[in-house]
Amino acid sequence: MTMFNRLPIGAAKPLLVALVLLGLAAMPARAAMTIQEVRTSSGIKAWLVEDYSIPIVTVRFAFRGGSTQDPSGKEGLANLMAGLFDEGAGDLDREAFQERLDDAGAEMRFDAGRDAVYGSMRVLADQKDVAFDLLRLAIEQPRFDQGPMDRIRAQIVSGITAEAKDPEAVAKIAWGKALYGEHPYSRQDEGTEQTLATAKPSDLKELRKRLFARGNLTIAVAGAIDAGALKRDLDRIFGGLPAEPSLVPVAETAPKLAQEVRIPYDLPQTGLRLAYAGVSDKDPRFFAAYLMNHILGGEAFTSRLWNEVREKRGLAYHIGSTLVNNDHASALVIGTGTRPDRAAETLSLVRAEVRRMAEEGVSEEELEAAKKNVIGGYAVDHLNSSSAIANTLVAIQMEDLGIDYIERRKQLIQAVTVEDVRSVAKQLLSADPAVMIVGAPLEGRKG
Amino acid sequence: MVALQTLMTFEAAAVEAPRGESEIGNFLLSNGMEVVVIPDHRAPTVTQMVFYKAGNADEPPGKSGIAHFLEHLMFKGTSKHPAGEFDAKVAEIGGEENAFTSSDYTAYYQTVTPDALGTMMEFEADRMRHLVLTDAVIVPERDVILQERRLRVEDNPEGLLEEETQATLYQNHPYRIPVIGWMHEMEQLNRRDAVAFYDRYYAPNNAILVVAGDVDAGTVWWLADKTYGAIPRGPDLPQRVRPQEPVQNTKRTVVLTDPRVTVPSFEKSWVAPCYRITEPGEAEALDLLAEILGGGTRSRINQELVVKQGIASWGGAYFQGRSLDPSSFTIYGSPRGEATIEAVEDALDAEVRKIIETGVTDVELEKGKNRLVRSMIFARDSQTGMASIYGKALATGSTVYDLEAWPLRVRAVTAAQVQAVARRYLNPDRSVAGYLLPRESATSGDKSR
Repeated sequence: MTMFNRLPIGAAKPLLVALVLLGLAAMPARAAMTIQEVRTSSGIKAWLVEDYSIPIVTVRFAFRGGSTQDPSGKEGLANLMAGLFDEGAGDLDREAFQERLDDAGAEMRFDAGRDAVYGSMRVLADQKDVAFDLLRLAIEQPRFDQGPMDRIRAQIVSGITAEAKDPEAVAKIAWGKALYGEHPYSRQDEGTEQTLATAKPSDLKELRKRLFARGNLTIAVAGAIDAGALKRDLDRIFGGLPAEPSLVPVAETAPKLAQEVRIPYDLPQTGLRLAYAGVSDKDPRFFAAYLMNHILGGEAFTSRLWNEVREKRGLAYHIGSTLVNNDHASALVIGTGTRPDRAAETLSLVRAEVRRMAEEGVSEEELEAAKKNVIGGYAVDHLNSSSAIANTLVAIQMEDLGIDYIERRKQLIQAVTVEDVRSVAKQLLSADPAVMIVGAPLEGRKG
Repeated sequence: MVALQTLMTFEAAAVEAPRGESEIGNFLLSNGMEVVVIPDHRAPTVTQMVFYKAGNADEPPGKSGIAHFLEHLMFKGTSKHPAGEFDAKVAEIGGEENAFTSSDYTAYYQTVTPDALGTMMEFEADRMRHLVLTDAVIVPERDVILQERRLRVEDNPEGLLEEETQATLYQNHPYRIPVIGWMHEMEQLNRRDAVAFYDRYYAPNNAILVVAGDVDAGTVWWLADKTYGAIPRGPDLPQRVRPQEPVQNTKRTVVLTDPRVTVPSFEKSWVAPCYRITEPGEAEALDLLAEILGGGTRSRINQELVVKQGIASWGGAYFQGRSLDPSSFTIYGSPRGEATIEAVEDALDAEVRKIIETGVTDVELEKGKNRLVRSMIFARDSQTGMASIYGKALATGSTVYDLEAWPLRVRAVTAAQVQAVARRYLNPDRSVAGYLLPRESATSGDKSR
């Protein structure tokens, strides 16, 4: 049944996996949420949150090195590979594998991101042994049979073709190219019909071998399992992997600003996107930037952009800004959609709000409110389910922030001053942004 | 007056009761507001959802979209808490909030830390009766919902086709009217319409409170009685009797061509009963039919069309059983490679025909049951998910007991029952087919080049 929401679902939430980190704040003291570090004799490490109230176990893991590792001319390989792990492994062909997985009451997923290939499994606790065996097989001995590969490839190609004339998809590709030029971040993660056409099972085997190793592996587990059992299971699932991956280095980059990208199309609404410089999550200015973004457009219902564009003037259903943090680039991106006849007005309004932030910064009250929200919202945003816990713990480990990070982060946020915010706002937002307009040419503007 | 009743958790009936499991609470406040408590102590968070038993199918003629418009207006402030104060409070404590409207209900929720639950209840109870609406807030918010419609429907070929197939599937029932409303009617919605809808439906005796999370039933009762319990009962609402469907006797087709579409897609829907009004076991059998026919990678549609024949990129089936009145059963698919949309349609029809003629196997049935029951156990992993499952079921005429017993009822369905519901409800001569097709002679698309 169709549902309509007051707020676009997910609008206030970070969009990329790497962003999971951004909302972390204080974790209210609570015995139930103790993070244990589990290390096996063969050196495999995982973070575990033990909980028996629901008889399920959730495992989440990541191998660093995602679609940026696709060989040039073979873009889309990592994504294709991710689609094939449940299509047969070891002695089990697709049918046999999926039937066993289903009988074991388990869900298994793999996704390729830009910087990592992620996997997860959710299983009923009393059937975890069979399920974990299947996970081990999938990781160690995926078959990548020609038949399933051709089928999954055809499905992906069909998806690419289906979007070929969709202005939003066209815009996404143009935006990536405009911001990142020749850097792998400008790639379409799913590849193209041409790059996928050349993919062979041997390419997938080669890629898996390069990416899947213990040295770039991060694991988190939540649910009805204790440390002892988990140690045995970890060795069983991941123990057969080689020690180190073989990754191609990826250059640091930054989005190219001061440009305008137009995707002209006759649409009932006009999409607007603006990109400014971002801040790495390792940068000392990071939390100042995070709180600044939060006030500008990060927390939908109370942000300045939300108030000016939606609440006061009804120009958009959604408007928000996000700090995008990938391993090798960061950006601050603002997005909205509005009536074509008022798009020019909306764009000027957004730019004026950004300018005001660059020039004036934030007030003491705004900053205090933002801090409270960011600290208090940690559990709600990041610990709300086993999957959320496992995702969060993988992200913290991937950034190497330490098992005490959650508590430490609260202090780092508390320490941010109005002056810090003013300074970072000026640095990030004074420059002319990259702007993209998807839809009819703006009225009242040339071109 | 409180009737406190605790019940076994629903999956405990079907699978081994998990350790540390708390019992679900279900009681009534003296003003008629029903309360459901789903304790879950895994994380220090709690979700409250208030469901009003009024949605878009309850709107007066000509006022489509008023239920959803009012949902937006509920955030515009009360005499006690001016606009923005509730949002600011939720933001301050780092909570999450949203609201949603469907054909049968409208719901509001916040997820917060447990110590803030009482405050959330105070705000939510306050706006149940004391909303202040002025033209100054109505006008920009109406622009917001018009913009929302542009974004989600007009700007989206799938959204447009979905709207048109619904309008064709239901010939008389208001499920034919889009939840967001028709554009020309939305443009005319005003303060009077919103106030009338609010006054009629927003009262404790027409509401259900679902609280899921790190709380116990006693605390929830105490807090709810103090806040919601202080709101006087509204007038008794008459039975929700909507215009019902006539006997359907035609096969209808809806076609949308759009320059943005490159790969076509197909869906076919039937009016099918819902949990509230079926004979015992029928809705469960329809859920199993949807699971076996097109519920995922192990389903017949996926195995046959996507894997074996290789003519579809994707395909499946679903049944919308949690509705107040008879709803729908749908099959869908999209061609792959050189295959045509006709080939996909024929193959989907063939799968339906096979089940009508020869039924399902015992093994398929058993596995389908396992998957359905398991999905409910997995659902327990999410507080908001659980709150919404209970709220939606209760707002559409089911009880907490029905949900508790659901796994047992699913287990009891026979292969013959699955075949019988397929035969009874999936009549190819009384269906609506929707086609989303490329527009070869593009008009608007040409402008982009």
